[in-house]
Amino acid sequence: MRARLAWQLAVIAGVAVAIALLPFGLSDYHRSQGADVAVYVMAILGLNIVTGYTGQISIGHGAFMALGGYTTAILTHDHGWNDLATLPVALAVGFGAGVVVGVPALRFHGAYLALVTFAVALAVPQLAKNYSHFTGGTEGLALPTHTGLWLYGVGWAAAVILYVLTWLLLRGRTGRAFRAVRDSEIAAASAGVNLAVHKTLAFGISAAFAAVAGSVYVLVNNFVNPDVFGLQLSLYVLIGAVVAGLGSLWGILAGAAFVQLLPIGLTSSHAVSSQAVPVIFGAIVVLVMALIPRGSAEVLRAALGLPIRIRSGHHSSTPHSLEAR
Amino acid sequence: MLGVAAIRRPRTPSGWIVPGLLAACCVFLLVGSLSSSLFAQQTVSGLANGGIYASLGVALVLIYRATQVINFSQGALATFTTYVAWQLMSWGLGYWPAFVLTLGIAFVGGIAVELVAIRPVERRGNVLTVVIASIGVLILVEGAVGWIWGSEVKFMPSAFPARAIHVGGVAFSLQDLGTIGVSIAAVVVLWALFQFTKVGLAMRAAALRPEAARLVGVRVSWMLSLGWGLAAVLGAVAGMMAAASPSVLLQPSMMDGVLIYAFAAAVLGGLESAAGAVVGGLAIGALLNLLGSYVSWVTPQLLLPAAFVLMLVVLLVKPSGLFGRTQVRRV
Repeated sequence: MRARLAWQLAVIAGVAVAIALLPFGLSDYHRSQGADVAVYVMAILGLNIVTGYTGQISIGHGAFMALGGYTTAILTHDHGWNDLATLPVALAVGFGAGVVVGVPALRFHGAYLALVTFAVALAVPQLAKNYSHFTGGTEGLALPTHTGLWLYGVGWAAAVILYVLTWLLLRGRTGRAFRAVRDSEIAAASAGVNLAVHKTLAFGISAAFAAVAGSVYVLVNNFVNPDVFGLQLSLYVLIGAVVAGLGSLWGILAGAAFVQLLPIGLTSSHAVSSQAVPVIFGAIVVLVMALIPRGSAEVLRAALGLPIRIRSGHHSSTPHSLEAR
Repeated sequence: MLGVAAIRRPRTPSGWIVPGLLAACCVFLLVGSLSSSLFAQQTVSGLANGGIYASLGVALVLIYRATQVINFSQGALATFTTYVAWQLMSWGLGYWPAFVLTLGIAFVGGIAVELVAIRPVERRGNVLTVVIASIGVLILVEGAVGWIWGSEVKFMPSAFPARAIHVGGVAFSLQDLGTIGVSIAAVVVLWALFQFTKVGLAMRAAALRPEAARLVGVRVSWMLSLGWGLAAVLGAVAGMMAAASPSVLLQPSMMDGVLIYAFAAAVLGGLESAAGAVVGGLAIGALLNLLGSYVSWVTPQLLLPAAFVLMLVVLLVKPSGLFGRTQVRRV
């Protein structure tokens, strides 16, 4: 057990050092790309808490990102806030919105929840277009520009904080309750887990993380309009989470890097047209679901011989057990 | 499988609410149409949109009833087949030959998607992994459309002349009437297939009691593929009608919004009932069009959120929809 922990800490420390040193070897443009990877890390963390750990699918996380993004944009653009100060506000707004969505979501299971959150993902950009006096409409709002290093630093600082928070949350009592809800709601309820509280909490935390991701996303873009938060963003977060592996924290970096860097890599290498990106993404999602439903977390374990055991123990922690009724 | 499930429901006092509500809606639309020609026009063009939502909604119901999976790729497959139709026409084929050929291609395509993308996932996973796989198909197919045909808007010809016929001072566009006719005809043909043919019977059996159906010699997995094929055909009808209508443009993401309306239609009908999805689709089409034209603050951008709110309310208040039966969940 102790050797395992040492292994895990060594890997984590190695990755942390790599993330900290990386920007000094990159151009400013690539640093902001790196900041976008941090954005996906946060969004995928959020999605993983609610979908991977609590078994409630959400396809609408782009909507929560939009909320955070617009919180930051409106506060800095219209009210002259410092942009860093808007991040905690986005976190709080996101949490509130997540709870508001989470309460009706208690009534939905599996495919129905997927449906509702999918509709949220499409409806929110429309709302942003409609209330243009508030959001700037399709013309959008401009934000202050920052250097790539600043963006990288802020993005990864936020991502690391959220990652550690997630890890602490999931290893404790709340995390056990989440997994119990995912594996069997009835068994969890019988064991004294309050289903309503934990499912809503998972949604709230998840949305809060997505909102912070949205804030940083907007800062990196230094611009926001409704199309930034279209259906594609929600789907990309889902792809990232699927590639990362639902129900595990190990693959998140891989999932985020995959979603952010593959399109850029393909475009710049001119090997295939950038139009092919969604085709490749779609095919990969289907393949992962068919072959390795636990995503890259599983692959990483096989490749590195890492002791990745998901704490609930047996195999029920694969998405197979994301039971939908 | 496409029968009206609601008929055998005992008539408790609350059982009369739904038929009463529907009757009230019909009376409202009728009276409104008789008293105002604009209202009549808006109702008919709303019903035309509703026909599109209904046929896509029935496609969703078809797959949901068989496998409890909501097929998120239904809209993307419809878009793809619509582009196929556009391509055939731009190669010089007439509208109706291209239409029929497209339906055939859609049928084969739907079966292929089930075989290649869905079945391998279904074998190992559960409903959620299949739902995610269907989202994968959505991304893939929509991406393929953009890759093959580009993302700029194309012009889809219509089967119907751009004239209007006048009935008692009201101008009904032939486009709207044709769309309603074709959509309803497609659903009726499908209903007849399920009701009166051997294959239809086998498909209903496979959806209802897979194990028992297997015992009496029905090849259940083949029936599921067939269901995907038929759903894709309905989607193709919806796509071709939608692309020719003034409110939707032929572009890779054209069915994203329509899919939400179709979801709302299917949910309104209880997700298990094809008749419910038809009624739901027509109701949503008419309602949203009237909302958009009579309530001044409802801008076109708000129609999609409105459909979402409607869907949410139905799911919260009466999750079994207007036509579905309440299900008892077993522990």
